[in-house]
Amino acid sequence: MYTLIELMQLSIYGIVLGSILTLGAIGVSMIFGILRFAHFAHGDLLTVGAYCGLGFLSLTGAPVWFALPAGMAGAAVVAVLVDQAVYRQIRRTQPVILLISSFGMGLIIRSVVQVIWGPDVYSYPGGIQRPWQIWELSIIPNHVWILLAAVVLVALLHLFLTRTRLGKAMRAMSDNMDLALVTGIPAERVIMITWIIGGALAAGAGVLLGMDSRLTPMMGWSTLLPIFAAAIVGGIGRPYGAIAGGMLIGLAMEISTLFIDPSYKLAVAFVIMVAVLIVRPHGILKGAW
Amino acid sequence: MELTGIAAYLVSFFTFVGIYSVLALGLNMQWGLTGQFNIGIAGFFAIGAYTSAILTTSETTRHLGGFDQPFLVGLAGAVAASALLGLAVGWITARLRTDYLAIATIGIAETLRLVIANEGWLTNGVRGVSGIQRPLDGTFQALGLGSGLGSLLVVLVFVGIAYFFAERARCSPWGRVLRAVRENEPATEAAGKNVGRFRLEAFVVGAGIMGLGGGLYAHHFGFLSPEAFLPLYGTFLVWVMLIAGGSGNNKGALLGAVVIWIIWSGSEFVMRGVLPEGYGGHAGPLRVILIGVLLQVILITRPEGLLPEKAPRDIGKGAGRRES
Amino acid sequence: MSLLRANDIYGGYGGADILNGASIAVDKDEIVVIIGANGAGKSTLMKAVFGLLHVRSGEVVYRDAPITNGRPETMVTRGIAYVPQEHNVFPSLTVQENLEMGGYALKGDLRPRLETVYGLFPRLAERRRQEAGLMSGGERQMVAMGRALMIEPSLLMLDEPTAGLSPRLIDETFQRIASIRDLGIGVLMVEQNAKQALAIADRGYVLATGANRFEDTGPNLLANREVAEMFLGG
Repeated sequence: MYTLIELMQLSIYGIVLGSILTLGAIGVSMIFGILRFAHFAHGDLLTVGAYCGLGFLSLTGAPVWFALPAGMAGAAVVAVLVDQAVYRQIRRTQPVILLISSFGMGLIIRSVVQVIWGPDVYSYPGGIQRPWQIWELSIIPNHVWILLAAVVLVALLHLFLTRTRLGKAMRAMSDNMDLALVTGIPAERVIMITWIIGGALAAGAGVLLGMDSRLTPMMGWSTLLPIFAAAIVGGIGRPYGAIAGGMLIGLAMEISTLFIDPSYKLAVAFVIMVAVLIVRPHGILKGAW
Repeated sequence: MELTGIAAYLVSFFTFVGIYSVLALGLNMQWGLTGQFNIGIAGFFAIGAYTSAILTTSETTRHLGGFDQPFLVGLAGAVAASALLGLAVGWITARLRTDYLAIATIGIAETLRLVIANEGWLTNGVRGVSGIQRPLDGTFQALGLGSGLGSLLVVLVFVGIAYFFAERARCSPWGRVLRAVRENEPATEAAGKNVGRFRLEAFVVGAGIMGLGGGLYAHHFGFLSPEAFLPLYGTFLVWVMLIAGGSGNNKGALLGAVVIWIIWSGSEFVMRGVLPEGYGGHAGPLRVILIGVLLQVILITRPEGLLPEKAPRDIGKGAGRRES
Repeated sequence: MSLLRANDIYGGYGGADILNGASIAVDKDEIVVIIGANGAGKSTLMKAVFGLLHVRSGEVVYRDAPITNGRPETMVTRGIAYVPQEHNVFPSLTVQENLEMGGYALKGDLRPRLETVYGLFPRLAERRRQEAGLMSGGERQMVAMGRALMIEPSLLMLDEPTAGLSPRLIDETFQRIASIRDLGIGVLMVEQNAKQALAIADRGYVLATGANRFEDTGPNLLANREVAEMFLGG
């Protein structure tokens, strides 16, 4: 009985973490689907979003939830700027070099955050919350809001991808880039939208992560591996798979703490990813998008 | 006094250049020659360093050890451990595209750092391993050479050995196959070469060389902690060095190590001079931004680096690109 | 005046030229078919016209305006649609979404154009919510052609539209192509099923090693003994 409750408690944490990872993994997956490279600075877009949200709050004194739209806007702008200034120049000639370029870009972004905000640890205003006691489980109010926010963001993305011209064009480009070009879909515009959405979702993950714990310049980098794991487990290039991947990785990371030292959560994500790569190189879900 | 200070600085400077040269040569084997992406150099560097440290240190209660082996055994262990790790990573990712290899190597590096930080019995955790001896220290002292200079000489000898073998490998038929794999994998496969095997071999050899770099680092520095193997020092600088110097070219790897280490350590002095009082904490991130931006500029304007690889590689490339 | 003329085209994929002075012309209201042995440069010529590979020498003229080495997007907005031989649908998009993508480059209401395409391919109307990747080869070909028709093109270029189809579907496809022509659209197609293609074609070109070997009306080419021996299986 005791372990069952513990398991359920950890599952709640896992779902919360999973919803955060999902938002990051969707972006990684979309960028991979359209630009065909693993974006190593994606974790740092989380960081940018979280800190932009923080900056907005401290400038305006707005209620804490305004960090979400503010962070999303900030990270979307950063993502587009980075793509236009750097990735765009490189992808024309040597796509594979984008891997190392984005790795370096991640370090740059992290350092800029550190120059602006310093190496200190911040947290969003709101203080410590008293958890709700439901049956034997304790539920932190913020966790409910985090999950809700993630669900809303994913739902909005779904509507965008299935109901709008640009959203469909994004799916089309991810399906078949060559055909998209001969069809007359404006590739550069779709790529820009991809960065806006990928950056905004990453920022969503960053702000929610910041609400769950605290803000440090390394917060995004240390989340990058689980995000990649989620994207790969879900089938990289398939945003909808990222939801399943995110949940699986989030749950596995939290539940693993029953058995092993919590410092190895990250390694758990890595091991699952490697196992999936060996057994199912294309992810656990069949079908695209 | 002033002069000896500068001399000591130069000795330490060139020792680091030497260690980074070895790492860059290892990366050149993997990326430069074969086109395999390793963004987890820090992991191979770390496993080499810790293996050699554990093998050579004397009895202690702080971490696994007490083997008291000589320096060369430590280095051999470093190379072997890192090569084994390379074998595991390379085997798992053999049939997967480049991006997965890159992700897997990052995962290995980060996981290893966790292990180093958390497994105190093995590595003494964040408190680190200390008391790693410099090789032939007594002999150098007796000859009247400073300990630092002796260490530099040892490192340079191994840079020479690594360079010699890397260059031999590059010019051998084996190296030609690696370049063929990089340029046109299907055609190489069609020519009857076991592409997977050649890739794996190159990855393992490259990893072994990185392990050597780790071992040299451990013995020069005398102290190891997980901090030393963050992606910035362990991985990023090596990549910038190889790309700036010219990937595919072993001389480029050496040149890149010198140039980038000059810029990297020079930037410390510049920052110290330029930054106003109280902003010293910004020096670190600003230096990273500087090197990061330098990398992007090189990638955009001169991706072939200072010493481009010799001519024959580009013939087929333009054709392939237009078609896609 | 022709709708499209390509004069003396030289070019290839960056290495040696594949096209060595090929020339074609297409008028509205006509089906023009390019036949030739494997490697003669048929598909390459079509790609060169559409700007998908570099034309080193020669010119492509559309409605009296030079469009040599134009970008594919501008081709589409000028009214030239192209259907590649393979991978010519967006597999995870539904039939209707595929068609909508076809109309992406044109502003304005898509519905009348969707109705035209559904009128031409009633089967697509039945399956408009189905993912294109799950459809049969023949249906996918319809989706591909429908997608191209969504820009209301003046010129439709088809790269082997019947490749891999069953004999019954081949007949059906050629009938559709004829009815597309009857809408006033010029059709340029590359075909392996040379006999049937020439039967519905108004004119045809026979390509060999990247240059014109024969050109004539469809019936005349069918009757030409040399052509028959070379490409029509006797």
